[in-house]
Formats: sequence, C-alpha cells, structure tokens
Amino acid sequence: MFHRLFSRVASGVFWVGAGLRKAAPAVLPFAPVSYALSHLQVLEAESIFIIREVAAELDRPVLLFSGGKDSAVMLHLAVKAFWPAPLPFPLLHVDTGHNFPEVLQYRDERVAELGARLIVASVQDAIDAGRVTEEKGPRASRNRLQTQPLLEAIEQHGFNAVLGGARRDEEKARAKERVYSFRDEFGQWDPKNQRPELWSLYNGRHRRGEHLRVFPLSNWTELDVWQYIEREGVALPSLYSSHRREVFLRDGMLMAASPFLPTLPGETVTTQAVRFRTVGDMTCTACVASTASTVEQVLAELLASRVTERGASRADDRFSDTAMEDRKREGYF
Amino acid sequence: MELLRLATAGSVDDGKSTLIGRLLFDTKSLREDQLAAVERTSHARGDEYVNLALHLDGLKAEREQGITIDVAYRSFATAKRRFIIADTPGHWQYTRNMVTGASTADLALILVDARKGVLEQTRRHAFIASLLRVPHLVLCVNKMDLVDYDAGVFERIREEFRQFSMKLDMSDLSFIPISALGGDNLVTRSTKMPWYQGATLLHHLENVHIASDRDLIHLRFPVQGVIRPASAKKFHDYRACTGQLLGGVMRPGDEVRVLPSGFTTRIKALEFAGRPVAEAFPPMSVSVLLEEELDVSRGDMLCRPGNPPTVGQDIDAMVCWLSDQTVLNTGARLAIKHTTRVARALVKKLHYRLDVNTLHRDDQSPGLKLNEVGRVTLRTTAPLFFDAYRRNRGTGGFILIDENSNATVGAGMIHGPAVER
Repeated sequence: MFHRLFSRVASGVFWVGAGLRKAAPAVLPFAPVSYALSHLQVLEAESIFIIREVAAELDRPVLLFSGGKDSAVMLHLAVKAFWPAPLPFPLLHVDTGHNFPEVLQYRDERVAELGARLIVASVQDAIDAGRVTEEKGPRASRNRLQTQPLLEAIEQHGFNAVLGGARRDEEKARAKERVYSFRDEFGQWDPKNQRPELWSLYNGRHRRGEHLRVFPLSNWTELDVWQYIEREGVALPSLYSSHRREVFLRDGMLMAASPFLPTLPGETVTTQAVRFRTVGDMTCTACVASTASTVEQVLAELLASRVTERGASRADDRFSDTAMEDRKREGYF
Repeated sequence: MELLRLATAGSVDDGKSTLIGRLLFDTKSLREDQLAAVERTSHARGDEYVNLALHLDGLKAEREQGITIDVAYRSFATAKRRFIIADTPGHWQYTRNMVTGASTADLALILVDARKGVLEQTRRHAFIASLLRVPHLVLCVNKMDLVDYDAGVFERIREEFRQFSMKLDMSDLSFIPISALGGDNLVTRSTKMPWYQGATLLHHLENVHIASDRDLIHLRFPVQGVIRPASAKKFHDYRACTGQLLGGVMRPGDEVRVLPSGFTTRIKALEFAGRPVAEAFPPMSVSVLLEEELDVSRGDMLCRPGNPPTVGQDIDAMVCWLSDQTVLNTGARLAIKHTTRVARALVKKLHYRLDVNTLHRDDQSPGLKLNEVGRVTLRTTAPLFFDAYRRNRGTGGFILIDENSNATVGAGMIHGPAVER
C-alpha cells in the first residue's frame, strides 16, 4: 500500500516513517528540495495539530462519533495524535433510533477495542420525554431532531469543545465555516459573526455555557478521506462496501427498505447490489448501486462519479437550498 | 501529490467567482448535481448563460444581497496537485477576510478588469499579499474578450502594476491575460491571444515551485503538549513532546536547546503515532523524545543551540485590526497568541497607521479601526520566541484577542525586537 502511494508522489520524494527513504540529504544549510510531503501527509499533520490544540487548550472536549467514514477517520487521527496515551476525551453518539444495525455494531466494536468512553444522546428518549416532537408522514425524518439531544448532552456534561468530522467540500454553508466554530449559549452558529482564523493560531476562548465545534477535517475532500482510509487501512462499517439490500426508489434516490421508512404507493422494493457513500439516519440516507467491495474499487467509482456525496445520498438537503445553513444556525453538527 | 493553498481576491465585477467556477468546472471538480443547481438558479435569475459564479454563494444573506460576506474554502485537484482556494470578497470592508485567507496562502491570485486597469482595490490587494508575505503573486488581467484581446491593453496594465509593485516586498510576480467567461488561458491556451507566450493559469498553479518557500534551516519546534501515559505499564517512562515543525529539520541525535529554560540535550527519537521518523521537517506533526528528562511543557520551543529565535517581551510589529467593535490605540491591553504560547500584551505605542491604498503613513492616527493597518510596539507579560515575519510566517505571526469579548481582534506580523526610539 505504501509503495503504491509512494509511486504516485513525484520522483526524488521520500516517505519518512514508512521505512522508505533515500540517502541522507546533504549537510545543512543547503537543504535539498526533496523535503516533500503528499497532500494526505499535509492534511493529516494539520488535523493532528488541531486535535492536539483542542486537547491542550480546552478542558472538556468530546469527539462526535456516528460510525460514519468521516468520524472513523477522526477517531483514527485522534488515536494517532495521543499515542501511546489513551484518548483524552470521550466519544459522543447522537442516536436517532433509526440506525443501521451494522453501524451500531461497528461503533461498539471500535469503542471496546480502544477502551474509550461512549456517551449516547438518544433522540428516542427526547421524543419519549416530550422534549422534541417527531415529524409526521411518510417522509418524516429524525435528522433535524438530533440538535436538541446534542445540545442537552453538551450542557449536561459541560463539554466546551465538540470535535466533528464535517468537511468544507460537503456543502456550501460548510465551505464558509471556521475550523473552530464558535457557538453561543443556545448552540447557534452565526455565519456573519465568525472569528477570523489566521495561520494555525486558533482562538478557543469562550464564556461559560458557550462552546466550540471543531472540525479538523475542514480542508479534506471526500476523495482525500477515501485515499486516507486506503493508506491507513481504517476499518469501516460493512455498509460502505457493496452488499445486497432491499431498496426502493424515492425522489431519484435509492432508499433502504426498513420499518422506519414506509413505502408510498407506486414505490416497489427490489433487491440490489448497493453501497453507501454517507451513513446517517436510515430515513434520510440513500445508497448507490455499486459492485465495489474493496476500498480500491470504491476509489475508482468515486473518481468516475458525477454526483457529490450529499447530492447522491442525503434526502435532508433537498428540502431547500439552505437546509444545511438553517440546521447549523439552530445548533446542528 | 503536492498541496497548494491559494487566496483569491477581487470583487464580483472582476469575474472572480466566474474564474473559480470555471476552474472547478474545467478540472471536473463540479459535479452534476452542483451544476444542475447552478443551472436552476441561473435560469431563475434570468441569466443568459450558466452562471458558474452562483456556485460560490453559500449563505442566505449572500444570495439575497448578491454579495460575498466571508472567506470560503474550496478544494479541487488535478493529476498534478491538490488545491485549496481561500476565496475572499474584494470590497474594502472585507480587508480582514483577505488578510485571513492570505495568512496561509502559498500564492495570491489578484484579478483586474482589462477595461478598468489597476484600481485602488488592486493596489490594496497586492499590498495585503505582500504584508502577509504570500510567496507568489499572479495578476490575472480578466475580460480580455471585452478589449478585443489587445496585447497593448495587457502590456499597459502589466507595466502599471509593475511600477506600483516596486514599492512592495514581493518575490515572485506573474501576469496572465485571461477571459474567465470564455475560459481563455485558464486551463487551455487561448487561440485568440497568440501574442501571449506564457503559461495558462492552471499550468502556472500546477508548476509554481513552492517547496523552497519553507524555512528548512532554522529549527523551530513549538511544543504543543507532552504525552506521558504513566498509567500504561509498557510506557511507564515514556515522555514525548508533541508539535508541528515551523522551521528546520530534526533528526535523532541532533543537539537541541529548550526555550525558555536554555538547557541543551539531544533528540533520542522522533516518532509519529508509534512509528519512528528518520527526519522531520515542516509542516510535519511529530513527537520528540529527548535524551535527558528536562522540564519541557506547552509553549516551550526547541531550536538548535547556535541558532535560536529572538527571545523577548518588547516587540515591533505591523498589526491589521479585525474588529468593528473596538479600536486599537496606545495603552490597549489584549491577550496575544503566538505559536503555542499565550500571554498578555500592552500596546506601548501606535507609531503610525498605514493607508492600505496609498501606502501613506499617518503618524497622527488616534487608533486603528476595522481593516486598518499600523505599526505598533508591544510589551508582553511573558517572553515570546520569535523571528521576523519575513523570515518565518509561523514564528513571526500572532493574533490579538479581546479579553472581554474573547473575539480575535488583531493579526500581527513581527518586524523584530523593539528598539527604544
């Protein structure tokens, strides 16, 4: 795997840390120009720096962990950032109650393997207690309902930094969000009043009750994430590779058949070979027809894909052009 | 694949959004669903063409008001390089956004409308790029289609800008005649401007040499934290300091000095996530294990014994003020963040305000307001380990934080230690 990556990098370049390197460079001060890093190494170094800054400057951080590929990469980076020490913060999963079972299984395996502490904020509990009201109708989704349990968990545990795997290439409102995204005491994002972010000098100051959302993968793209998963051998839930599943077509997207998502008249369930590009709530995450069963094959499909991951698989962004911005203002991820 | 960060500046009228939209489109970085959304919006607005600029307006207020408010970061890749664009609005009110975008940029791309030539705004953008020491500058003369692809127009603008840029500190300057709307000289060479022999914009972005922009001579390793997993039996005596290199090269066995203590020791090992690292250089994040157990903690810095940064509490710097709520004046007290160090700073003197349009120095300025730039002397409560910003952006840059509002209110570029005057 390393060899292949190595071959992609321009000649004269060497890979430090993987055992591959050329002869020692000339004596300083005439440093050779071969001190090159690949974009993945630069992005990784930046993310690790950010995660370490959070742990150093904020006393109560938490890492959002949904079991999706971005949070899998986040967890992988966090483990690397503090090795050989254990993770200095717990994981938080906002559970909509409409999870793919494969994802829950993956979540629990990862948590057990790392000996990490997992906190689950349950949307079902919030509904049962009457704190949030479930949407009605066949297109009801609990996606938006996640905000309330998330904010409650932040308040209950006194978290002041919430690390998440959101990326700027995902959505146009996210393209404008800072790495350290300040949230007021209501968890709200104010896009017009963001702190300028210069060099790698992050400002994590806040008052009691306020907090920061921190996005170390801000500058990564979907392709970067997959290339990194391949390079590092990051484990993912089985949903990300091709499998046979009962699906039906809705609004041009392939939705997984499940008790949480009743079909409408005219929608027929068929069994197809599919995989997921993103993983979220079962009611709003679509899959794509695919036979890719290895990371390499997924990468090949991705390079040929003509649709973005949110366009291909997120029903929640189709409500309006500013759906994400609206949710973020309310305190969403 | 190498990563290049670029900052773009210009107003909507310059065709900047069209240019970026075009780059994304021509490098196949815009996907079908994004393009369909652009087509829908273009149609709804009554545009006669697919207005690629629309892809870049992210926020509701921007769409409503037809303006760009904030820095947007976008990625695209070609077979040769991976790019991150910090796209900043060009209006004077948004100087602070351009300063933000330029702070991490390898290259600044400034657009000029061929019909209008070099404007006050162009000069301001060029000044900010030089102030932030963006190593490479590209001036794109856009809308060449509207001046009949006239070589004379391009030459005149180039000459005018060159005259102005002599007053600035700029190392690498390129000029490219383009038409963003038609895609001329962006990705493919224009057939309409045979008189232009230089590279297309994308070719330039793919090939401009950025590896030597880093300082690989002066070791600068600000300590971010210390990893000491005392609880784990196997790693009972493990102790490593973490950080990201801002300058120089480190190898196991190298002699290093720890600031502020001044103790000297050797590097026992370099690691990253349990793997040995033979050699570390910017911008790598690594763990450093030292031969001797010295007291090292966050905010300290490792350097070479014979080549330390300046250690001092009196600092001479240029500051760009970023706040519309407060003013920077002599006597102001603020928090300062520099590398991994935090201290408090007193503004001992505001020497002058620099007019970013004319470069005129106003030494009667009562204080710096939003988007204004000035020369200050600061006194910090703790020593900082710094270099001149022109030598190292990482050890020469700092931010100022208002301790009342917690807002980031200033960006500073260090000239050097303050001298009495």
